[in-house]
Amino acid sequence: MNDDDPTLPPGPDKTEQSTPTLGAPLSASVVAPLDDAVIHTPPEMAVAEGDVRSYQEGDIVGGTSLWKDAWHRLLKNKLAVFGLIVVSIVTLASLLGPYLLKLITGLPPDYIPGDAALIKSFPPFTAPDGSFSWAHPMGTDRQGRDLLARVLQGGQISLMVGIIATLMSLIIGVSYGAVAGYLGGRLDNLMMRLVDVLYAIPYIILVIVLLSMFRNQTPRGQLILLFIALGSVSWLTMARIVRGQVLSLKNQEFVLAARATGVSTPRIIFRHIVPNTLGPVIVYATLTIPSVMLAEAFLSFLGFGVQPPLASWGSLVTDGVQNIGIFPWQLIFPGLVMALTLFSLNFLGDGLRDALDPRMRKF
Amino acid sequence: MSTNNGNVLEVKDLRTYFHTEDGTVKAVDGLTFNLKRGETLGIVGESGSGKSVTNLSIIRLIPSPPGEIVSGEVYFRGQDLLKLSEREVRSIRGRRIAMVFQDPMSSLNPFMKISRQLMETTELHLGHTKRQAREHAIKMLETVGIPDARERIDNYPHEFSGGMRQRVMIAMALSCEPELLIADEPTTALDVTIQAQILELIKTLKRVTGTSVILISHDLGVVAGMTDQLIVMYAGKAFEQAPTRELFATPGNPYTKGLLRSVPDPTDEQGKLYQIPGLPPDVAHLPPGCPFAPRCERAEEICHREFPPFVQLTAEHHSLCHFAREVFEESAGGGSRTQQH
Repeated sequence: MNDDDPTLPPGPDKTEQSTPTLGAPLSASVVAPLDDAVIHTPPEMAVAEGDVRSYQEGDIVGGTSLWKDAWHRLLKNKLAVFGLIVVSIVTLASLLGPYLLKLITGLPPDYIPGDAALIKSFPPFTAPDGSFSWAHPMGTDRQGRDLLARVLQGGQISLMVGIIATLMSLIIGVSYGAVAGYLGGRLDNLMMRLVDVLYAIPYIILVIVLLSMFRNQTPRGQLILLFIALGSVSWLTMARIVRGQVLSLKNQEFVLAARATGVSTPRIIFRHIVPNTLGPVIVYATLTIPSVMLAEAFLSFLGFGVQPPLASWGSLVTDGVQNIGIFPWQLIFPGLVMALTLFSLNFLGDGLRDALDPRMRKF
Repeated sequence: MSTNNGNVLEVKDLRTYFHTEDGTVKAVDGLTFNLKRGETLGIVGESGSGKSVTNLSIIRLIPSPPGEIVSGEVYFRGQDLLKLSEREVRSIRGRRIAMVFQDPMSSLNPFMKISRQLMETTELHLGHTKRQAREHAIKMLETVGIPDARERIDNYPHEFSGGMRQRVMIAMALSCEPELLIADEPTTALDVTIQAQILELIKTLKRVTGTSVILISHDLGVVAGMTDQLIVMYAGKAFEQAPTRELFATPGNPYTKGLLRSVPDPTDEQGKLYQIPGLPPDVAHLPPGCPFAPRCERAEEICHREFPPFVQLTAEHHSLCHFAREVFEESAGGGSRTQQH
């Protein structure tokens, strides 16, 4: 389009004008008078150029799927890449760290030293005699447990809470919302009013009631209860999002076409419509993980969450707060790791939204 | 049960209403027609005249609520489709009655590979295994003229052009060798050269497979060369119903005449385009008389007062007009249009 246009003056800005195919944004510059030597690139055109370049570099011309496309856009977002890297590192470290430490030191992560002299808080990089030591890079807690090992162990549970609750929200929320949205009518009304009712109950109270009802549990039993409690409230927003998506999708012609070929209703919902909602679902799921982790930390902070000897970042922070004046590292390290992870997950979620949201798509 | 005497489809007094806040919209109001095996029926009319609703009613895909098939019988090979259970209808859809939709851009699922969409139909209805379905799908793509079908089959819809997508849709529709193919404006969203190709394709496939076709269009040029029978719809009613040739030669309804006159004639250079004055009526609030009367050139007082009769002009030619016979005789007696041909 650009090449056909005689009104574009050849100028020093030739390189800027070399957009080969995406000519649409150029129409703005066509309006510019002939003698205007420097055509200012409108901001939306700069974006278009960026896109063109990436297509040329990344030889993805043939058969670009939506996912590949989104992946390329995600990689262009620095914050999202940062988030992705941090999340990967934290996840890997939490999964493997405790076992590695056990291999190195031969001690389980929640090991409390037998020697009474060692059951006390040591600052980071400090041996019992006050000299420099690599033994406890994050120091120890009140019971002399290695804080690094505790943070990694806590990471396992914190991430697990986040992921399991999000999985529950995915499974329940997506199917609930999709069924309500597709079937519509009275059933939809009923199902969504139930969601509204559950919404109206402050979830913290729901969780606290649930947890205190089954008070006398083993730490593991209480952990499972926590999964159930957080999972059972985290699907509400997901259900609403998916329902909204399905409402707009179900009147599309491809759904009618599928019905006209005799596909059954469950199959239409779950094989034809749900995959089309995946973009927003993935984005929201990524943003659910940090919010659930935060909720878990909050509950642990209140004493309803993870019980010792298990640890989560939330419970470690709680322990740290009690001695904040004397042993600040017991708060700082778990808090820092948690904050960093939550930040990164949020960055990643935002990046995914930009990459997958059709309204953000630049072509 | 009616015997089918060569008819694939018999529609009797079909009425589909939509109950809206604005009142009841009689989208299809008393439509009757037969379709013989191997024949093509064309349904033409302006937007909102009830063409698509007719066909969605036949395979029971009317969104309900607000839609409702108030009365009527739809015999497909002697079986009243409107009396079947949802499950039984589903086994007919796609297997024995298939549909091709208007916009190939939106009637393929953007998130599914072509292969999966094609295979789904035959796996569902013919009990194909994955491998059989895949081979069949490739064969179908080749039949509808998609080059390199074997490579292209795993592409996503957005990797095909509009015409190619419509070919894929046709491949999908024909993959179970249906007895009836309903094509709802299959070429409206395509450009003219592609239109011709797609129409030619449908014609060829129809000849090879012996499928009966219902072709919906608002383009008289499209239906002229494709159909054996024609129904002209207006405001949910059949205004004229006749064999295609007869309808074009001797239209018996002022509305049909108007439609024929508004087809641009490329040989007539300086001639002004004719247009029917006014707009299609609000179907929720139809006047008591003939719904076309406010736009009709030869409307008389009776047209505004009384609903017109459905006059039989010849054996297979019917027209909904108070003056059907006069209009018909005018056309037959050398109306301007017939002289041109």
